Amino acid sequence: MPKHPTPKLDELESGPWPSFVSDIKQEAVNRIENPNKVEHQIPADCPEDLLGVLELSYNDGETHWKHGGIVGVFGYGGGVIGRYCDQPEQFPSVAQFHTLRVNQPSAKYYDTKYLRAVCDLWERRGSGLTNMHGSTGDIVLLGTQTPQLEEIFFELTHDLDSDLGGSGSNLRTPECCLGPSRCEFACFDTQDICHDLTLSYQDELHRPAFPYKFKFKFDGCPNGCVAAIARADFSLIGTWKDDIKMDHSAVAAYVGGEFAPNAGAHSGRNWGKFDIQKEVVERCPTGCMSWDGSKLRINNRECTRCMHCINAMPRALRIGSERGASIFVGAKAPVLDGAQMGSLLLPFVEVTPPYTEVKDIIEKIWDWWMSEGKNRERLGETIRRLSFQRLLDVTGIKPQAAHVQEPRHNPYMFFKEDEVPGGFERDLEAHRKRHKR
Amino acid sequence: MTEDQQKIVDFIAGKNKTKFYFNDFLAVFPDRGPREVKKVLTAMVQEEIMEFWSSGSTTLYGLKGSGKQGQAEGEA
Repeated sequence: MPKHPTPKLDELESGPWPSFVSDIKQEAVNRIENPNKVEHQIPADCPEDLLGVLELSYNDGETHWKHGGIVGVFGYGGGVIGRYCDQPEQFPSVAQFHTLRVNQPSAKYYDTKYLRAVCDLWERRGSGLTNMHGSTGDIVLLGTQTPQLEEIFFELTHDLDSDLGGSGSNLRTPECCLGPSRCEFACFDTQDICHDLTLSYQDELHRPAFPYKFKFKFDGCPNGCVAAIARADFSLIGTWKDDIKMDHSAVAAYVGGEFAPNAGAHSGRNWGKFDIQKEVVERCPTGCMSWDGSKLRINNRECTRCMHCINAMPRALRIGSERGASIFVGAKAPVLDGAQMGSLLLPFVEVTPPYTEVKDIIEKIWDWWMSEGKNRERLGETIRRLSFQRLLDVTGIKPQAAHVQEPRHNPYMFFKEDEVPGGFERDLEAHRKRHKR
Repeated sequence: MTEDQQKIVDFIAGKNKTKFYFNDFLAVFPDRGPREVKKVLTAMVQEEIMEFWSSGSTTLYGLKGSGKQGQAEGEA
C-alpha cells in the first residue's frame, strides 16, 4: 500500500514509453523491503514522499520545491544544489532533498565496479535515485540531507577517485564526445583535452567568481555529438584544413550497391537504390561536389565540412590529415528562452598537449568577462552587448572574413585611429553640431 | 583578519543586504583584477569568515551565518 495515493502520476505510467514514476516506485519498494540490508542514512521512505510531493504539485499546478541555500562541502562553491520541500510536515522524508553533481569521466566511460560503488553509496547515504546523466553531463545524485554531504564527498574523493561537478557561477563540468576512442571522424583527442582542462581549471570549477555559469564542450568533428555549438560558452569543434580523402573504388561500390549508405543506419526501410546525385551531391550545402556518372569530384576550397557526404559514404570519404578544431563562443541553451548558437572565433587551432594556445584564449576571455560581464549574464550576452569586435580586441584575434555571417548586414565599418596607416583626426565637436545625439 | 579581509567585511557592513555577487567586491579593490579579488574571498571562505550561497545556477557570497537562509533552513 503506497504511503500517498498518486492517481495523476499513475496515469504517466500508462503510455508505451518508460516512466520515471515507475522507476521511483520501484526504488520505493526496494528501500522498504531492503533485501541487501543497507543501513539507510536518510529516511528509507523518501521516494514515497517524493511521489507525494509531485502528485501535490500536479494537483496544485505549482511547485512545492525551494532550491538554493548554503549547503555544500567545505571550500567548494558548487556541486551541491540545496533543495527543500515547502510542505515538510506532510512530506518529512524529503524536507531536505539536496542534489549532488558528480564529475563524470571523459566521454562517460565506466566499468561496472565503479557504477555499483556509486549506486551503493547513494543507496546508503542518499535516496537511491540518480539521473544518468544531467544535461551538462554530470552524474546527478538526487536527494540527500545536509549531514550526509561531507560524508558523501569524503567517500567520493577517497574511495571512488571522483570529484563533484560544477554548479552556480562556476565553470561547469566540461563534457566531450567519444573522440578517437571509438570514432574515425575525430579530429582531436576530445577526452584528453576535456580531462586536461578539468584538472587545469579546478579553481574555476569549484570556487565561483564568474558572472554566471560557463560551459566548455568538445566535439571531435562537425557532427557535434555533444552539441557544443548550441550549448557551450566555449566550444571546440574538430575540423581539418586539407582535402577530404577519397577512395574512388569505394565510391563506385556505394553507387553499385555493394556498401550500404550511412553505414546502414537507414536500412530499416526500403528507400530504393542509392542515388549519389540526389543523396550526396545535391545535398552539399555549398554545391562543391559533382558526379559525372563515373567520378566524384570535390572542390575542397568551397567545402564547409558539414560532414554530410562523409556520413553518407564513410568507406569512400574520410576527414583530411591536417586536423585541429574551430573555436566557437557564446552559445547558450536556457530552459525558457534566449537560446543562442556559438559564434566562430577562430577557424582553426591545433589541439595538441599541453593545449597552450587554447588555454591562452580561454583565459583572455575569462579576464574580460569577469571584469565587464554583468551579473547573470552569459558570455554570449556580453558579446552581444559589448560587440564581437571587443571580443576580438581582448583575445588579440584579427578580424577575418570567416567572422562575417552575412555580407552587408551592417554596412558601417568603424575604424580606430591606430588601425589606419597614418591615423586620422576627428573633430567630435564639429561632428556633434551636425549630428545631434 | 588581514587588511583586505577587513575591507570586505566593512563593505558588507555598509550595505543593507547579506548576499553579494562576486562582481560587487570588485568595487572594493578598484586597482586589482578579478583573480586577485577572488584570492581574498577564497581565503575568507577557507577561514570560515564568509560562505557561499548558491541558487543552483548563480552563486553569491555572504558573511557566515548571516541572512535569512542560514536561520530559515536550519543550517546556521
